[in-house]
Amino acid sequence: MNPMTTSNNSGGCGGSEAVDPGRRDVLKFLAVGATMATGAACDLEGFFRKSFRELSPADVRRMVTGWERKYSRKYGKAVTVSEAGPIDGVKFGYGLDLSRCVGCRRCVYACVEENNQSRKEPQIQWIRVLEMDKAHGIDINHSDIYYDAAEVPRPGKFYMPVQCQQCDDPPCVKTCPVGATWKEKDGIVVIDYDWCIGCRCCMSACPYGARHFNWAEPSLPAQEMNPKTHVLGNRPRPKGVVEKCTFCIQRTREGQYPACVEICPVGARKFGNLLDPESEIRQAMDNKRVFILKEELATHPSFFYFYAT
Amino acid sequence: MFWMALAMTLSGAVAQGTHVPPPQAVKPPVKHQLVEAKAPPLTDGIFPCTQCHNEKVNGKLNTTRRELQFHDDIQAEFHHDSENRWCLDCHDAKNRDVLHLTSGAPVTFTESYKLCGQCHGDKYRDWKRGVHGKRIGQWNGEKTYLLCVHCHNPHSPRFKPIKPLPPPIRPSEMKR
Amino acid sequence: MAISFLRGSARIIASGDRAYKIWVGALLTLIAVGLFAYSFQLRQGLIATNMRDQVSWAFYVGNFTFLVGIAAAAVMLVIPAYVYDWGPIKEVAILGELLAISAIIMCLLFVLVDMGRPDRFLHIMPMLGSPNFPVSIMAWDALVLNVYLAVNLTVVGHILFKGFYGKDYNKKIVIPLVLFSIPMAVSIHTVTAFLYNGMSSRPYWNSAILAPRFIASAFCSGPAVLLVLFQVLRKRTGLPIKDEAIQKVAELMAYTMFLNLFLLGAELFKEYYSATEHLLYTQYFWSGIGPHKALVPYAWGGLLATIIAFFIFLVPKWRRNMTLLNIGCGLIYFGVYIEKGMGLVMPGMTPDTLGEIYEYRPTFVEWGVTAGIYGIGFLVFTLLVKLAVPIMSGHFSAAHIDPVITAPDELEAEAH
Repeated sequence: MNPMTTSNNSGGCGGSEAVDPGRRDVLKFLAVGATMATGAACDLEGFFRKSFRELSPADVRRMVTGWERKYSRKYGKAVTVSEAGPIDGVKFGYGLDLSRCVGCRRCVYACVEENNQSRKEPQIQWIRVLEMDKAHGIDINHSDIYYDAAEVPRPGKFYMPVQCQQCDDPPCVKTCPVGATWKEKDGIVVIDYDWCIGCRCCMSACPYGARHFNWAEPSLPAQEMNPKTHVLGNRPRPKGVVEKCTFCIQRTREGQYPACVEICPVGARKFGNLLDPESEIRQAMDNKRVFILKEELATHPSFFYFYAT
Repeated sequence: MFWMALAMTLSGAVAQGTHVPPPQAVKPPVKHQLVEAKAPPLTDGIFPCTQCHNEKVNGKLNTTRRELQFHDDIQAEFHHDSENRWCLDCHDAKNRDVLHLTSGAPVTFTESYKLCGQCHGDKYRDWKRGVHGKRIGQWNGEKTYLLCVHCHNPHSPRFKPIKPLPPPIRPSEMKR
Repeated sequence: MAISFLRGSARIIASGDRAYKIWVGALLTLIAVGLFAYSFQLRQGLIATNMRDQVSWAFYVGNFTFLVGIAAAAVMLVIPAYVYDWGPIKEVAILGELLAISAIIMCLLFVLVDMGRPDRFLHIMPMLGSPNFPVSIMAWDALVLNVYLAVNLTVVGHILFKGFYGKDYNKKIVIPLVLFSIPMAVSIHTVTAFLYNGMSSRPYWNSAILAPRFIASAFCSGPAVLLVLFQVLRKRTGLPIKDEAIQKVAELMAYTMFLNLFLLGAELFKEYYSATEHLLYTQYFWSGIGPHKALVPYAWGGLLATIIAFFIFLVPKWRRNMTLLNIGCGLIYFGVYIEKGMGLVMPGMTPDTLGEIYEYRPTFVEWGVTAGIYGIGFLVFTLLVKLAVPIMSGHFSAAHIDPVITAPDELEAEAH
């Protein structure tokens, strides 16, 4: 039946080696590829869709409705996925008062709950709180994020939380080979979770360690899931894509403060519109001296640290 | 009356016009509307103070600095320039339902920040701008501000250390 | 004719002595291991590796970087052969290109297994996806690697096809493509270097000297594979490879080894003398930081291997000794593998951007997948060479298959 089958002295390899060697390996590769394509994403429509920024509003709405249905079914609650765009005349800025932060990590966990991050294996936390020595000042290479104590602040230590700085010249956006991440008009750097190929170039490129990867299927308990989501923000992410702080895009585009700002028990976090001189963040910049992390890299973050006292 | 008449006239005029789109929800005209937080955190039942602090119950007014009997729990934890100050430097001796400034002017409990601001002027200034303290709600609309006393116990204002939430799992421990 | 070509190819590939069968069998075993490991990784996700947020690129990307160097180095043979029409190398240049093809296939496979969403590989294609030109270096890397593969496949395919019919290759097709493949080869490795050195977030990589170092280390390690291969082929198939050709390649390798060591020295001077905080990454590799010393033995082992190899290749008497030469090839291959793999990717990410040290070691899954990919690469190379050598030596040709229709002199007559 196969004209290419040889019946010679080759021993056990006759049938399978009837095909040209280069072609055989290509076929093997394609077979694996096809298995992956069908196995990993039994979603042919997803396989052929366009990138988010190329979609028409009607397409986005259709996708969003599909996701709402899918997530509602999966988590057993009425999940909404907002497509709210940036508000005109708004550029978000964030302020962090280093003289106030006590390292209690309530922001870390408020963020995890608000933004539906994977709880374990992998555990994803968008905010990392660095503990450093007061005697040495800011010295990131000798900081510790794993501090554990009965009480904070520990004597002689101060605390600096780090999350996505929403840079004006983001190295992650520059490096992404497929354009799955970009900076929106209101300053938030967002990710299209359905376009990201998981190559992690952006994670290598980020100077602040702000981007995190779903190394496995995220574990998100249904009862803890926050059903108010945004398409570019806290909707549940799939395995194998990158995620990061989005300034709680699902809240801030509705005019609310991010979850970390609201939970901070010592009022160390300030948030607002950089274009509004009355906003708390502008007041901080005008009256306190703000500084940014790794300014020599010219990333121009929208995240400013200051000392109020 | 006049304004109502004007409004009705105008709305009538508008209604008579050709296709007018329905009114859309607009954000409040004031960009940042500061709204007072819930009441100052007074202990249940303690207010009004004058239910006890009146001549009939307490007898003649005694303003000398001394050890108290009823508010001894507060006095025990009092740690707010205790070398130079005691209760009646903030609480009005004649009317315990209010506080008072150094000038003697009364300050209600809902505006206690004015009193704090006398000594802590730079904090007060920062608090008014939103740089000190905490606000929740809408960054571009209605915000609820917290009083000084919502975070700082006025009798012992320094924050106590708190237990931090757990550290992250180390990468080497994150396996399937 | 096509069918008889395929049938003939199949016959050649399927036949061989015991050594050949054992070799192919071993490679197939490795491939099976790789497929099994990869299916495990697909199901679990990349958590099956030891990569985490702190060290998000590791074994797969390290191997990818090393193999791009191997692929680029094929051009070292191509330049003198086709450009200067230097006979002794010409007959072996094609083997270099076959190596390049196998190496590029391995590179592409390493990229694929490293992706979190390999099912979305279409997203990087022009038209079907949205490659982020011109700013994304990774998008450029994907493009140049595929173009390089296409160019090499075309050149090799054409030469073998013509060779099969007993004809000389068409200079008008081959020479331009070959000339084009020279900047292509330099570019694939330079673009890969740019991928690293464009990242301001990683001071260890953000060095202007990285691209020259890549080229130097590629050119001193890539040909090492070929030198060993030539000797193997010469013995087993009688392919006429002159000692002259091997010695010339070895001599050129000596110069590039010197350059490689010089550039390393320059990098070390800058780090240790100016001693900024950026020294931490270099320090982690060469002396460790505190209790974290996992890479130190590899650092010094790799350097020692590179230096010894350099002297072997430098001194003509030692270079001419085939045993020593082969040892030198093994040493330089090992040295550059360390330099490009563990010596590049891991120190670049340790400590991470927030100062955390996570010591990475590959898991069994990563070893398995890597073994499988090397198995595929070596198998492709073996089979291509098994086919190419008889064609080049004239033993497998159209004339042999059907002397009546495709007599060489008739083809010659057609050509003129």
